[in-house]
Amino acid sequence: MVGAADWAGVAQQVVAGLSSGGTYATLAVALVLIYRATGVVNFAQGELAMFSTFVAWTLTQHGFSYWPAFALTVAASFGGGIALERVVIRPVERASVLTVAIVTIGVFFVVNGAAFWIWSPQVKSMPNAFSTRPIRIAGVAFSISDLGIIGVSLLAVLLLWFFFRFTKLGLAMRAAALNPESSRLTGIRVSWMIALGWGLATALGAVAGLMAAPPLGSFDQNFMQPILLYAFAGAVLGGIDSALGAVVGSLALGVFLNLLGTYVSWVGTDLRQAAALAVILGVLLVRPAGLFGQALVRRV
Amino acid sequence: MPLLELRGVAARYGPLQALRGIDLSVGESEIVAVLGANGAGKTTTLRAISATVKTSGEVVFAGERLPGRPEAVARAGIAHVPEGRGTFAQLSVDENLRLGAHVRRDRAGVKADYDRALERFPILAERRRQAAGTLSGGEQQQLALARALMQRPRLLLLDEPSLGLAPRVVADFFRVVAELNEQEGLSVLVVEQNARLALASSSRAYVLEVGRVAVAGASAELQRHESVRRSYLGY
Repeated sequence: MVGAADWAGVAQQVVAGLSSGGTYATLAVALVLIYRATGVVNFAQGELAMFSTFVAWTLTQHGFSYWPAFALTVAASFGGGIALERVVIRPVERASVLTVAIVTIGVFFVVNGAAFWIWSPQVKSMPNAFSTRPIRIAGVAFSISDLGIIGVSLLAVLLLWFFFRFTKLGLAMRAAALNPESSRLTGIRVSWMIALGWGLATALGAVAGLMAAPPLGSFDQNFMQPILLYAFAGAVLGGIDSALGAVVGSLALGVFLNLLGTYVSWVGTDLRQAAALAVILGVLLVRPAGLFGQALVRRV
Repeated sequence: MPLLELRGVAARYGPLQALRGIDLSVGESEIVAVLGANGAGKTTTLRAISATVKTSGEVVFAGERLPGRPEAVARAGIAHVPEGRGTFAQLSVDENLRLGAHVRRDRAGVKADYDRALERFPILAERRRQAAGTLSGGEQQQLALARALMQRPRLLLLDEPSLGLAPRVVADFFRVVAELNEQEGLSVLVVEQNARLALASSSRAYVLEVGRVAVAGASAELQRHESVRRSYLGY
């Protein structure tokens, strides 16, 4: 028998799971974005988000409150992502997928090291984005912060979808990803479209980092690594080439991991990452295309 | 002065010399055909113009040397419909058409050209929301042409438009090209295997052999030219 109080508890845990899932989803969509544009998984995505978060933290130390720091950081990350692509990825644009993937692993270590060098290894804490009060809905107390994070994550992803679906530039970016050669013949500057993709992905990553950091209480330079793992798992679950899949997969994973951690006592918080890895492995074995992805076709 | 002029253009793919220095021109409002056997360098000639292959020599368009990047060539006013048509199979007909106008800034003009394209190719209007990949070969060729026109080019490059299409569909296609040429003064450089058709629909033609221009002249005369007749027209 499960009492009413327990159902309230389950509802709370589901919302908390959706909240973590929202940050995974934001980062997962960033992964999908770059995967579709260049055919590689950007292993540095999480570290770039971490770097953005530290930039925002610095701003909050210099008198900015959370949201102005958020806006500035997302904008700067967009520029930073473009610059990074121009400097680091462009030279290997025509190289094999493996080469580009290795370059992103290199970026991972450089960014991580740079963050330790710039900001001391002591843990930091980020001011809260939302009120810490609970809100009562249908008699159940939910955290405003959880609901806010879900809202911001979904809004970010929706804005991006709108951009790709309804703007001329978004259409050109999709075309450049699908068929670079034909795109060039129609006058699209494919190389810039890829850079723009990196800019958007990095900005999206900044949103993920800035949503993830405050609820942690304290964070250090490695705080995005488990989140990148969860984002991977969510993206793989949904299909690495599908943005919708990445969102659904990440949200489902967030809820699953949270319920697992709460109600299966021996899992706790320690085995969450192992559970995420199990999801990645399971999906790749049983249904490599994921829930929403196209069956993997070789890019030509 | 011709609209397009190639002077001593050579191109190679690795060790393979595809063009060995060709001279070719397309006048304002002229349809010019390029004929030749497989591997003679027909497709490479078009690729040399749109800079999708590395070349030496000079390609001059409207009095200026063409830049060496395909996207810049498109912006200069040249639309290239490549072999295989180059449509975006996963995108809708509507999106393909809008992509054609990517380089343009005149919103009103684009809107008008979009409506005209759907008028000229009613089947595209019917299939506007469908993915381009679901269209038949003939419909895709129409889409490729319509998309190229959305660019409002001064010069249209067509690579083997008849390939894989039924004779009726091909005839319709060339009728539309002729119309565009007469009514709007569009210049066309067309590469074709089907020599009879190409000579009938062009005013001048070049015959390529192993990367060189073997014969050039007015299409009407080439139709009577002994070696052209024997090699390409088969009578």
